[in-house]
Order: sequence, then C-alpha cells, then structure tokens
Amino acid sequence: MQNQQFVVSLLVSNHAGVLTRVSSLFSRRSFNINSLTVGETEDPRLSRMTIVSWGDDYMKEQIVKQLQKLVDVKKVQLMQSERTVLRELMIVKIRIRKGELSEAMEAVNTFRASIVDLSPDSISIEVTGETSKLNAFLEYMRQYDIIEMCRTGPTAMGRGNYCLENE
Amino acid sequence: MMLTGAEILVKVLIERGVDTVFGYPGGTVLNIYDELYKNSDKIRHYTTCHEQGAAHAADGYARVTGKTGVVIATSGPGATNLVTGIANAYLDSTPLVAITGNVATTLLGKDSFQEVDISCVTMPITKHNYLVKDVAKLAGTAREAFDLASSGRPGPVLIDITKDVQMDVTQFEPESDFKPNHAEKPISLEKLEEAVRLISEAERPYIYCGGGVVSSNASSELVALADRIDAPVGLSIMGLTAVPYSHPRFLGMVGMHGLYAATKALYESDLIIAVGTRFSDRATGNKAEFSKGKKIIQIEIDPAEIGKNIGVNASIIGDVRCVLKKLVAMLQPQSRPVWSERVREIKNHPNNSLEMDSRLLTPQSVIQGAYLRMGDNAVATDVGQHQMWTAQYYQFKKPRSFVTSGGLGAMGFGMGAAIGACIGSGFKRTLLFTSDGSFHMNMNELATAVSGRLSLIVIVLNNSVLGMVRQWQTLFFDGRYSSTSLERQTDFVKLAEAFGARGMRAETNEEYEACLDEAFKCDTPVLIDCIIDKDEMVLPMIPPGGSINDIILR
Repeated sequence: MQNQQFVVSLLVSNHAGVLTRVSSLFSRRSFNINSLTVGETEDPRLSRMTIVSWGDDYMKEQIVKQLQKLVDVKKVQLMQSERTVLRELMIVKIRIRKGELSEAMEAVNTFRASIVDLSPDSISIEVTGETSKLNAFLEYMRQYDIIEMCRTGPTAMGRGNYCLENE
Repeated sequence: MMLTGAEILVKVLIERGVDTVFGYPGGTVLNIYDELYKNSDKIRHYTTCHEQGAAHAADGYARVTGKTGVVIATSGPGATNLVTGIANAYLDSTPLVAITGNVATTLLGKDSFQEVDISCVTMPITKHNYLVKDVAKLAGTAREAFDLASSGRPGPVLIDITKDVQMDVTQFEPESDFKPNHAEKPISLEKLEEAVRLISEAERPYIYCGGGVVSSNASSELVALADRIDAPVGLSIMGLTAVPYSHPRFLGMVGMHGLYAATKALYESDLIIAVGTRFSDRATGNKAEFSKGKKIIQIEIDPAEIGKNIGVNASIIGDVRCVLKKLVAMLQPQSRPVWSERVREIKNHPNNSLEMDSRLLTPQSVIQGAYLRMGDNAVATDVGQHQMWTAQYYQFKKPRSFVTSGGLGAMGFGMGAAIGACIGSGFKRTLLFTSDGSFHMNMNELATAVSGRLSLIVIVLNNSVLGMVRQWQTLFFDGRYSSTSLERQTDFVKLAEAFGARGMRAETNEEYEACLDEAFKCDTPVLIDCIIDKDEMVLPMIPPGGSINDIILR
C-alpha cells in the first residue's frame, strides 16, 4: 500500500480540551500529522479543524474511524482533493539591504503576495495559496536573508455543494 | 428544586438505577460522601483499602451484573490510583463510571494540594471524560456519562467534579421515569446477505467468539448460529462463558495458550465468523498465517475494529445479539458432515489432552477440584499462569461467570474484581484463583472482603516464582531467571488469619480436598495456599507471532 497525503476536515465541539483529544489520538495510535488548523465556525458551539496527514489506505481509514469515536467530534470528512479548495497563509520576514526592495517587490507581485510590515532593514511578506505556491515562494526568498517565518498549515473547504455539515 | 452539586450527583446515581458503589473517601469528595451517608438506604458504598481495588471491584461488579459499575475517589492520588482500573475496563470494554473530586475551580492549574489533571491523564483510557466546573452542567454531564458508558461498545467514562461544584446550588429537574434508550441502529441488509452468501459457500466455517457476545448477552443466538450452519466455536479469553464448556460445539480458548483443538480447527477452516472480537495479538499470533487461505466475516459493534488488526472480507456493524438474530433467521439449516467429522477428530486428538500428573497437587487438580464443588457461580482470576490454567481447565457453564483481566493483563486485578463479582452476584460464593505473585500486589483487599463478610474463596497457586515470566525465561532466555525467583517468606495462612479470614495450606491432593471441605462450609473469606511446582508450564503455547506450526505441546 502506498503512502499518500490526504486532508481530513472535522467539526468539533468548541470547548477546552478538544484539541488535546484530537491530537493525542494521533500520537497514541501513531497516526501521522503534517499540520492541524482550527478555528471557530459561524456557530460558536462548533470549531472546524483541518488536518493534513499521510499514510496508506489502512491508516486513512483508521484515522477517520477512530476520530468518529470521539464524543466531541461531530463530523469527520476525508476531503476529495479535486473538489476541495486548500489555502495556507505564510508570513516571511527578510532582511532587506539598500536597493534590494524593488527586486523583492517583483517577487511579491508575481506571487500575488503583499507586504504587511516595513522597517528600515526588513520587510514582512504575507502570501496565501496552496502549499506548493508557498513552497515556491519560500524557495525564491532563500536568496535573501530570512530572519523568521511562520505558516498556518492548510485549511480546506469543499467546492459548491460539497459541504461539511453537522448531522 | 434547588440542590447542591453533591445532592444532584447522588440523585442522578439513584435515577440511573445505581444501588452499589465502590470507592475511597478523601478531601475533595467529602460532600459526595456526606450525601452517600444520607442516602445509605438507597446506595450501598463499599470502602476498599486502595482506590485500585475499588476500580477493579466496580469492574467485576459490572461484568457479572451487566450493569454499569461506579467507583468514586478523591483528587490527586485517589484519582491516579484509579488509572490501572480504568485502563482495565477500557481494554475489556466494561461499562464503568469513575467519579473523582478535584480541587476548587479557583485552585485548578495552580499545582494545589492533591491536584492532578485526571481528565488529561485518563484521556487515552476512557471512552470520554469530563471536568465539571459549573454546577448547572452537572446533572446533564452525569446522565450523559452513564449513557455513554453503557451504550454502543461499553467502556469507562470519568467525571471529575471540582469541590466548589459539589457545594454550589442550582435548580435540578429529576428524570423520574428514566429508561435506557439504546435505540438499535439499523443493520445493513446488504451486509447480512453478503455474510449469508459467504457462509453458504464455505465448506469449513468456524465461529470465533469474543467478549462482545458476553456483553451483549448473545450466547443463545451464538449457539443458534453454530447449530444452524453446523460449525464449531472457538473463543477468545473474553469470549469464555458465552458457550458452555460442555456444549458439543465448544472447542475452547484460541490463541497463545488456547486449546490445541480450538486453534487447529481455526487454521483448517476456510471461513472465520468473528463475533464481538478485536483479533488481539494474543489470540491471532502471526496475522498472515492466521488469515491465510480463508475468508473472514467480522460482526462487531465498533466500526473502527473492522479491519484494524486483521483484514476481513465482509463485516456487519451492529449489536452482536441483533445481528446474530437476523443472520440466523436468514440462513438455511446447513449440514457439513465431512467438516464435523474432521473437527471431532481434532477434538479427540491426543494433542488436545491437558492431563497433568494426577498423583501430585497440580494446577489442574486445584482448579478442577474447586470447579467440582462450585456450580455456576462467578470465578475471578488474577493474571499469569494461574489465569491461563483457569481459562483452560475451568468448565464454565453460565455467561458472565468468568471475571478476568483479558486485554490489560493487570496483575492485582483479582482481589478487587472478586469482591465486586461476589457483591454483584448477590453475595453468592465466589472463587478467586490467584498466585503468590499477583496476590502480593493487592492482597490488602482481603481486609475489604472480611469487613464485607463476603463468601469468597481465595485459592493461591503458590509456586514461589513469577511463573509466566519464568516460563518465557525457560523457553526463550535459556533459563536466566532474572528477578523472577522470589525469596519471599510470606506465610499466606498467617496472613489470611491476620486479616480476619480463614487460612489453610495444601501440599497434596488429599490436603487440598480437606481444605475444600472446610472452605465450602464457610460463608466468610477463606484462603487456601496451594503449593505447586515452580517448573510447571502453561501448555500448549504458541510463541508470540507464531502459528499452529510453532505450537509447543509438551
């Protein structure tokens, strides 16, 4: 069985300890976790999580089934990649020497990124998109001196009527 | 009506039909214990010597009654002492509600005296748990905890209640006409039909029965299936008692220390119908060999168990009893004379005989001697060689009459479990088979049995070594007996007397029979110290990861 990356979306109760329950399930059962994002939904009783994981078909099936057993997990969905919009946000702070700004701006524009902070010797660039785009942007930025960076991990939503509904 | 949290908790216990609880009082559960005192006509509380004993007692009580066991402990050490008991209930799917006190909400997170975040500690060993910090949520939480523990695949649920919540007052609405609502989930007709097809196509079907059959009270349905399709039945340790030992289709326990016939017939089958079991590694051994050349149907209430340990060809999700009823109704009566004859041959094969030297006091004579006097009352064990011998030699007659730590394999389980089983079975005479190793772990609970005036016979198979580990050292470590030869000088007879129980010792079969004569006249706790050979091994044995080809018979 081949390992592949996949995305699981969850609706969970929005109260203390739920993140621990979900993440400890992954470590306890040796499930892989690449990234996990979580935020409140339009219904304040619920949060939505997006977990990017990898593994073979066996692991994929077990992850979904074991998550379904958690009382605080209201809905689990393995996202079909072709019907899903995936977005991730990254902020990169680079050191900018005199005269380098306009060249960096070209990259910012090409990647449809934006500058969110400017100081005499550094700029912070925000870039949003699929993980591959963020990776490409980061690769390009390596020619500069990267002071620090952070990224959120992808969040996912189905297209059109492909929805994650609380049953 | 306006009630305090402690009053609400006890009201919900009564509402949910709880009349027996086990526990140990302490600082953060004083208010709950005060309410128990006031309601002692409705709820009987048994104070053990250690919280672990209380948790095992609640577990044993739940297993023999089918009701949800309840255990109460204080914060910090009281709560952490429950952990082994909760893990045991989790791995054997016993319905259990553990109630712990915690420090006041304002002291949480400050490393206060006797503060432990027990909900975090027990997260991987409970179906779910709660920290209650608001009295308004207590009644709903407690009710939900009981529903969760007993519904679907049963298991332990913990409620951690801060001290201030126990004292705070809120409006309480009683649910006087509570009835458990475990609505049956629909069973897939398509899946049932697929199973019918696979069974009808099979030449050599074999039913592999697990603890789910016992917990869903599906014994008669399981036997009906075996009769309908003319198939033998092998059982996991948790499945024991689901089919009476004397039943012609009963082959015994499967797996590492299973009976030869049970494992051999399983390997020769072309279809395994697994009912209420997770295919533990102790039962399957080498997984590839286990499923080679056969199809597998899994009937199971927990969807996550399908294909978790063994890949299966078909599965039916649902309460085992409901599924079996439907399945039997859909199946035509089948007869498989060739397979039946082969199974008979295997069953009568000399390899299936487990005779020990009848001139000596052996595990076999100890267990069978007690069995012959017992009837169908509950039998508990600790963990180790004596546990496997009990599983092999004791001829169980009635479901829920065997209380053993299957999944966790927790030495020290026996004393608490036997106490709970005795109380749960209406104070009928209960047997505990234990060993010098296991008994030393929680023998303090003999005091609990004495104060409860329980009709409990504790039979210690005393070989002065840690026998199961020693057996592995003999077989796989060239006899290097690292830390398993105990140089203890404990006199179990004096010890029993010191606790206020009767104590006896047997070194021969004659002495043992005399001890049993005496013991079965007593209606208070008795201990019989049975001296057996330290080199006696549990056989047959399939080494870990092995198959029937690796079986060690003698």
